[in-house]
Amino acid sequence: MADQGRSRACIVGIGETKYARDKTASNTNLGLQLEASIKAIADAGLSRRDIDGVMPFLNLANAEEVMANLGCDKVRFAATVAMGGATPVASIALAADVLAAGRASAILVPAGIAAFSGPRTRELVLDPARLPGGVHAADYYFPHGYTAPMQWYAVMAKRHMYEFGTTREQLGAVAVAMRKHAQLNPNAVMRGRPMTMADYLASPMFADPYLMLDCCLETDGAAAFVVTTEERARDLAKPIVRVEGAGAAQPHPADEITNRRDIFRTGLGNAAPEAFGRAGVRPSDLDFAMIYDCFTFELIHQIEELGLCKRGEGGPFVEGGRIELGGELPVNTHGGLLSEAHVVGINHVIEAVKQLRGVCGERQVANAELGVVTGWGDFGDGSVAILSRG
Amino acid sequence: MASLSALGADEIGSKGTGDEFYAWCARGELRLRRCQACREWCHVPRLTCPNCASTDWAWEQVKGTGRVYTWTVVHRAMHPAFLGDVPYAVLVVELDEGPRLVSGLVDCPLDELVMEMPVEVVFERSDRLGDRVLPRFRRISKPAAGDAR
Repeated sequence: MADQGRSRACIVGIGETKYARDKTASNTNLGLQLEASIKAIADAGLSRRDIDGVMPFLNLANAEEVMANLGCDKVRFAATVAMGGATPVASIALAADVLAAGRASAILVPAGIAAFSGPRTRELVLDPARLPGGVHAADYYFPHGYTAPMQWYAVMAKRHMYEFGTTREQLGAVAVAMRKHAQLNPNAVMRGRPMTMADYLASPMFADPYLMLDCCLETDGAAAFVVTTEERARDLAKPIVRVEGAGAAQPHPADEITNRRDIFRTGLGNAAPEAFGRAGVRPSDLDFAMIYDCFTFELIHQIEELGLCKRGEGGPFVEGGRIELGGELPVNTHGGLLSEAHVVGINHVIEAVKQLRGVCGERQVANAELGVVTGWGDFGDGSVAILSRG
Repeated sequence: MASLSALGADEIGSKGTGDEFYAWCARGELRLRRCQACREWCHVPRLTCPNCASTDWAWEQVKGTGRVYTWTVVHRAMHPAFLGDVPYAVLVVELDEGPRLVSGLVDCPLDELVMEMPVEVVFERSDRLGDRVLPRFRRISKPAAGDAR
């Protein structure tokens, strides 16, 4: 178990908007994030003027407009980690270091996107200049119709199935588990729309091996959290959630997905050992895991890269209800990007905090004391945070 | 390099190397960047050699043979330029020289596409997202036993 004696950064406030798919909504990325930020600051028992650090998500908001709208006039640290969906969890790691260095005392991390009522992913990816490694994608990916995340990652899933015998039903087990969890989450977009393995298998093929139901949702929503020092956290309103260890890393090369000698080695595999080492815990100590599930195989892949099992054993790991509530290691009890909402990975942090606070109601993991959250972004950037009930 | 995502291609000091690469393809030659200092191949092409930091590059011809390292078949186009092409295969071909190339499949039914299938390059004009001659790959049906290619 983690060393309780050391001072750690703590997540003290969380906020979320409603997660929804409504084409007529007039949401903006910034508006959603401000709503979530105000809730997170209030949840922490802080005032907006207490926020002296801001870490927005690249291209979804910038620190200046967040600070200006929220009336945060004492900000002395503003930075953006550029790791795509790995950003919110990577921001925890950087925020912890900034707090330890005394460069800020209360850091707001907002993220969110109007990805249903606003421009859809299929529109955003039309311009390769927007992408990581965009020059290479424009020259060498797009001419062959290799234009979108589901296609970029599908080739990794396909190779994994070939090398390790990972099966269609194992991918399906991930999708089914996420949907099952979403039925217990009032804010999940897919609540009320249960799904069976037969439904999964019958969904249309998008990019082999990815069926429609292997792919995450496009939704409107935002969330935010506040990180502060342990000393300060002890004086605030909510139960403490400590950051026991956190880190982030890129794969090599980071800007091109197909020429990695080891195609399965991602940033998470590089970051995880140090994070577990700092936390002083082992994967077997975890009570739950929140894993960035942009596509079903990427959840299996990250289970391996986290070190929860050996390379190639991620498929069997997710079978038999092991990652479902009541199983050996519940994963994404909120329903994840696949069935709650695609809030660029910050919703996984929120759910981890809720589990450690013990406020998850009928989806609560009994006696949840230690959990892990991951992020995945761009062409395989990875981030990890190990959180504990303080 | 995630930080590139904030910038347009015109702003980052590199306009890519596609023009040179495809100019060779138009002549029916598959050439990749090779470092003249350490002799490492480098695809995608870069400004400095990741192995030795040299900037002394040449476009050297490769044999054009390899095997299908992995692939996907796209059934739902995510870019309008490919709406009329579905279903189509995207291959990751591992060339005999080592580098992997994203490409497409010709002269082979999609249900006969298998992992590790030996393939060879063919050149095919395409008007998708620009008029180019693309390197595509076709199955080598009967590789000779012991053939070093």
